[in-house]
Amino acid sequence: MDTNEKLIEIKNVEFLYESTEEPGGSRVLKDVSLDIKKGEFLAVLGHNGSGKSTLAKHLNAILVPEKGSVLVAGFLTSDESLLYEIRQRVGMVFQNPDNQLVATIVEEDVAFAPENLGVNPQEIRERVDYALDAVNMSEYKEHAPHMLSGGQKQRIAIAGVLAMKPDVLVMDEPTAMLDPEGRREILETVKKLNRDEGMTVVMITHFMEEAAQADRVVVIDHGKIIMHGLPKEVFSRVEEIKEIGLDVPQATELAYLLKKEGFDFETDILTADECVNKILSVYQSERGADND
Amino acid sequence: MLKDITLGQYFPGKSFIHKLDPRTKILCAIVYIAVIFCIKSFLGYFVLFAFTALIVALSKIPVRFVLKGLKPIMMFVAITALFNLLLTDGRILWKWGFLKITYEGLTQAVYMVLRLFFLVFGTSILTLTTSPIALTDGIERLLSPLKKIGVPAHEFAMMMTIALRFVPTLLEETDKIIKAQTARGADFESGNIINRAKAMVPILIPLFISAFRRADDLATAMECRCYRGGENRTRLRELKLGYRDGVCWFVVLIFSALILLANYFQVSGLL
Ligand SMILES: Nc1ncnc2c1ncn2[C@@H]1O[C@H](COP(=O)(O)OP(=O)(O)OP(=O)(O)O)[C@@H](O)[C@H]1O
Ligand SMILES: [Mg+2]
Repeated sequence: MDTNEKLIEIKNVEFLYESTEEPGGSRVLKDVSLDIKKGEFLAVLGHNGSGKSTLAKHLNAILVPEKGSVLVAGFLTSDESLLYEIRQRVGMVFQNPDNQLVATIVEEDVAFAPENLGVNPQEIRERVDYALDAVNMSEYKEHAPHMLSGGQKQRIAIAGVLAMKPDVLVMDEPTAMLDPEGRREILETVKKLNRDEGMTVVMITHFMEEAAQADRVVVIDHGKIIMHGLPKEVFSRVEEIKEIGLDVPQATELAYLLKKEGFDFETDILTADECVNKILSVYQSERGADND
Repeated sequence: MLKDITLGQYFPGKSFIHKLDPRTKILCAIVYIAVIFCIKSFLGYFVLFAFTALIVALSKIPVRFVLKGLKPIMMFVAITALFNLLLTDGRILWKWGFLKITYEGLTQAVYMVLRLFFLVFGTSILTLTTSPIALTDGIERLLSPLKKIGVPAHEFAMMMTIALRFVPTLLEETDKIIKAQTARGADFESGNIINRAKAMVPILIPLFISAFRRADDLATAMECRCYRGGENRTRLRELKLGYRDGVCWFVVLIFSALILLANYFQVSGLL
């Protein structure tokens, strides 16, 4: 995040699905503006139907804005001649790993995108090996996807887009269908890519604990960005978040409740560790006060 | 569990036969089948048997795997043999009431059985030694000259690949739906045929809906991975003809010639 270079610029985007067009029907995206910086890990929150997936699909020109514009690495998504320039820069991973894998062998699946891009066979080989290594799935390269666990399949899906050598990884609820173990695997993988490879990550999620680990959080409600900032900043506004039907991380929730009970707590607590330390220090200072 | 059904019957290995280009194997299998139907003497079948045995030995596939392919067709073979045996006219060898066995009928029946057996051997060896991916690749490449006259070779291969990929997923899903409906008291086992067919409806409808949703998701995922049809597409594994393919064709042609020659050495009265 040391560079402040903008990778994706979303400017005043408005969008309405044609199939639902009805007079006076409200838009799915309303005047959305957002910059995504190189190397950052951005989490997008919002309750069901708030327009998160619609926004994600604007990032690689699956959808184009009705008004406003989206620039990816300087390329305008509404320019059809740039379609594949844009799509190979924005790797998109979806919720259900089963519905993203094309081939019957893991490495053949990972090779799918570079094959489509017309990359030569030796380089495809290199990219496949690199991508499988990056998600720690090299040993499974000759397995059939349907024999793998959900988390493993989702890692293959990530490898499948990494093989395009994208600038940014956009993930639409990648952990929603996984068990806790699979969720942990995916989050670890994504954090590692972000930290070690400098991969820019945009992750849509319903899990606040996942969002808490991002560099920045954006909250969408009814197609509008209503909050953005550091996870600490966003989650400390506990009441506003609850108002739009979202949760805060458990540790923040506890801090919030303790604060309401009159303890000396701030709601800028995100993790269990922070919470434990804070409780200890509050407990000790209260005991100190009692002893006096 | 339905999931345990293996698709195709690929038997992974690194033998000479496994390493052949799939195009060679597909074409050789076609030649093999054509030859089966040209054989007119037992000597020919003997040479064919020697050839088949050689291939099986080279492929290092356990013989029982090759023989397993015969199981599902045994009934069919038996019926065909019986018809040929009893309904062919000619020199009568045995007669009982209206049933008769003729010399020609006997020969015909034995030929028929041998043909069907070898047909199964030939195709089994092909599918046992060639992975589904290699098979579809081979078919795509073999059909690609026909692209000029509008045969959608790439699309056809892509469809096969996706079908192969999704069969286990959909089987698993069917399993889940059956369990879910059974838990709600659905009964798939009793009643007459019509009732049983009706009982399938609550399985098929959710299955179809889910299949369409999957297809939609998959299409989006493929677009996201820059899929745009077969044009300018490269492959991770390029198909390359090697010295093995040359050797294979040489052997196949020699044997075919021998087998066809054997037709002229038919010893009359030899059974
Ligand atoms: N293909 C479509 N055609 C018409 N309307 C759609 C389509 N996809 C989504 N919508 C509508 O657009 C709105 C926003 O949908 P979107 O999928 O972006 O929400 P989301 O925030 O991703 O929700 P979720 O958390 O359930 O994934 C919803 O009201 C939805 O009904
Ligand atoms: Mg969504």
